[in-house]
Amino acid sequence: MIAEIGHFALILALGVALAQTILPIWGAQQRDYTLMRIGVPAAQAQFCLLLLAFFSLMAAYVTSDFSLLNVFENSHSAKPLLYKISGVWGNHEGSMLLWVLILALFGCAVAVFGRNLPPDLKANVLGVQGSISVAFLIFIVTTSNPFTRIDPAPFEGRGLNPILQDPALSFHPPFLYAGYVGFSMAFSFAIAALLTGRVDPAWARWVRPWTLAAWMCLTLGIAMGSWWAYYELGWGGWWFWDPVENASFMPWLAGTALLHTALVMEKRDSLKVWTILLAILTFSLSLMGTFLVRSGVLTSVHAFAVDPARGVFILGIMVLFIGGALALFAGRAQMLRQGGIFAPVSREGALVLNNLLISTACAAVFIGTLYPMALEAVTGAKISVGPPFFNATFGPLMVPLLIAMPFGPFLAWKRGDILGASQRLSVAAIVTMLVIIAAYALTGSGPWLAPLGLGLGIWVIAGALSEVAFRAKMFRAPWDEVFRRLRNLPRAAYGSTVAHIGIGVMVLGIVATTAWQSEKIISMKPGQSTSIAGYDLKFMGVSPNKGANYSEQIGLLIVSRGGEEVTRLFPSKRLYVAPKTATTEAGIHAAWTGDLYSVLGDELKDGAFAVRLYFNPLVRLIWIGTLIMFFGGLLSLTDRRLRVGAPKPARAGTSPAAAE
Amino acid sequence: MTRKQRRSVLIGVCLAVLGLAVGLVLFALEDSIVFFYSPSDVSQKNIKPGQRIRLGGLVKEGSVKRGENTTVQFSVTDTAKTVSVVYTGVLPDLFREGQGVVTEGKLGSDGVFVADNVLAKHDENYMPPEVAEALKKQGVWQGEGSKPKPN
Repeated sequence: MIAEIGHFALILALGVALAQTILPIWGAQQRDYTLMRIGVPAAQAQFCLLLLAFFSLMAAYVTSDFSLLNVFENSHSAKPLLYKISGVWGNHEGSMLLWVLILALFGCAVAVFGRNLPPDLKANVLGVQGSISVAFLIFIVTTSNPFTRIDPAPFEGRGLNPILQDPALSFHPPFLYAGYVGFSMAFSFAIAALLTGRVDPAWARWVRPWTLAAWMCLTLGIAMGSWWAYYELGWGGWWFWDPVENASFMPWLAGTALLHTALVMEKRDSLKVWTILLAILTFSLSLMGTFLVRSGVLTSVHAFAVDPARGVFILGIMVLFIGGALALFAGRAQMLRQGGIFAPVSREGALVLNNLLISTACAAVFIGTLYPMALEAVTGAKISVGPPFFNATFGPLMVPLLIAMPFGPFLAWKRGDILGASQRLSVAAIVTMLVIIAAYALTGSGPWLAPLGLGLGIWVIAGALSEVAFRAKMFRAPWDEVFRRLRNLPRAAYGSTVAHIGIGVMVLGIVATTAWQSEKIISMKPGQSTSIAGYDLKFMGVSPNKGANYSEQIGLLIVSRGGEEVTRLFPSKRLYVAPKTATTEAGIHAAWTGDLYSVLGDELKDGAFAVRLYFNPLVRLIWIGTLIMFFGGLLSLTDRRLRVGAPKPARAGTSPAAAE
Repeated sequence: MTRKQRRSVLIGVCLAVLGLAVGLVLFALEDSIVFFYSPSDVSQKNIKPGQRIRLGGLVKEGSVKRGENTTVQFSVTDTAKTVSVVYTGVLPDLFREGQGVVTEGKLGSDGVFVADNVLAKHDENYMPPEVAEALKKQGVWQGEGSKPKPN
């Protein structure tokens, strides 16, 4: 019964979304305010209906109602409650329902919080949001309905893929989707701007918080995915340039570029055409990510169900929206008059460089991800493009970006002074040099580039700190004035500083763990010892254990350093009951210097076991860095200027932006 | 600086970065692409020893032999042809005889494939598509999954 209510709500939501698409846009064309206003209640109703549908499905999962095909295929009565709930989106149908739910949530947020938006812009934004909903709701109802019943109902479900039964992964899809779908806001605003023919600094000011929120969610979602891959897959790595990872990474890169270029548009009324194009491209990459992951063209754990009809359908949606948006852009872009001009060396110039490097890097990832598919479609040859390709293309493009990063905030708008900026960064440069020299002196071994890489991370961090110090007149004014200035700096300024520091911290982690990781694969009999990175490990053997829905073999390694016991590691191999699957649970010991990472392999001859050991120096900085980036975004988002909302366009026309 | 000069500086920088990127991409594509072959391809296409390839198929029943330490020897087959593989390391959880597998490495001059990476499928119903295709070509494809689909 509950499932039928959900099913009904889902179909009703489709009808409401149709109304939300047609009426407000029609109203905006006709200048009919009654029609335009329909967008608001429609967006709210659509969200409520989808919420009802979503909770109905969740109820079916929690009560293990196996008369639903979707629940039968992806759940099991013995599964812990958390995974019954996360199982809702741990499959194709449920995850698509979550996708549209988040889409409707964003639409509803515009309807509720966008009170000071001009009515025609708001109507168009809600209409475009509605049209995306319509497309995906038709997709769900016709090809991936989660409410399909089976008769007779089976007694037991098949269970969720055990490697997905994990706390970090439970929340990875919602954040990732919030990021993907959040970029639909930038897209809808861009289309609405093209429809109304008006783009001004106020527009950028409306778009930026949404883009920022989406970017934050995506950052967290990607970080969770990477963290999960690190400790769950047992490969000792944190990023594999897997096509599915790339599918989420490309919108992140484009979104990062968009955040920066929207800043130029907001402050200087410049780079309009590019900003609009980037807003369209960012969401297009999100759609493409959804397509790649959901259509089953990719071979990975994410390809839940392979059904050509679905792939073709999403491809159709993608072509329709991306093609339509780009066509509209081509037709209308010349209407957008270019605003303020600027010298090549200026804040704008720096942000253009940022955009150029990030979007080029994004294109390189795009080519590496899609080239194998294109080649196979054309010639039939099967190839794989692995990490070496991405390291050789993405890496070199990031180096100039990181070098240039600290300069940007020191350059003035319109015309910057590169010499002055260099002087203000001299302390940061000296610190960087010292770190590079110290790193060479201390590490002796390892790749010769690595200390330079560490220097790059330090340079970004020190550069970001220098900017705050400069703005607060630190060491140049009395301390009470410095504190007053520090208090008065806008939160957005702190936000970007913190986010840049996060990048630097992440770079340190990436460089250290890439350059100085140690790996050891050996066979160990109980009682044997080995050592890695200064740790001595004694293998004590393997004992069986039984969990809620699995049985496992747990190995015991006693870790000591200089004769003293540090910790005990319990790497294990699990065998899940439903579906019958074996997984590896790594035993990890985290220390300040890095992670000791152990994996239990197969049983070999004479009672020995294969054991794989890693020492990953500073690896946690990678995720700590992403967390710092997230909090930087959060700080920016709480800035008064964004919270209070954008000024009315009439006032924006007389340019509060120019006053900055 | 005139507006025109500014624009040419901008365009110049854009072209430089794009040129760099195109160069990097072409260079990297040349260097780091790995082709996928089935055992039949390996025997027909005369692949040079030392070239990095991916070899995929089924692990032949009864072929897995443990050597010294963590060295393992097994055969990958597409039922028409078989290639022996040597691998040192920890096999993935889902590595089993009779199941699909993809190995990456180089063919030795003695015809034995030395793998440095072994990938097995992620769950019971999953088969690497390359392997599925290779098996289809040999006519031994049995369809996805073993359990019947309810209706």
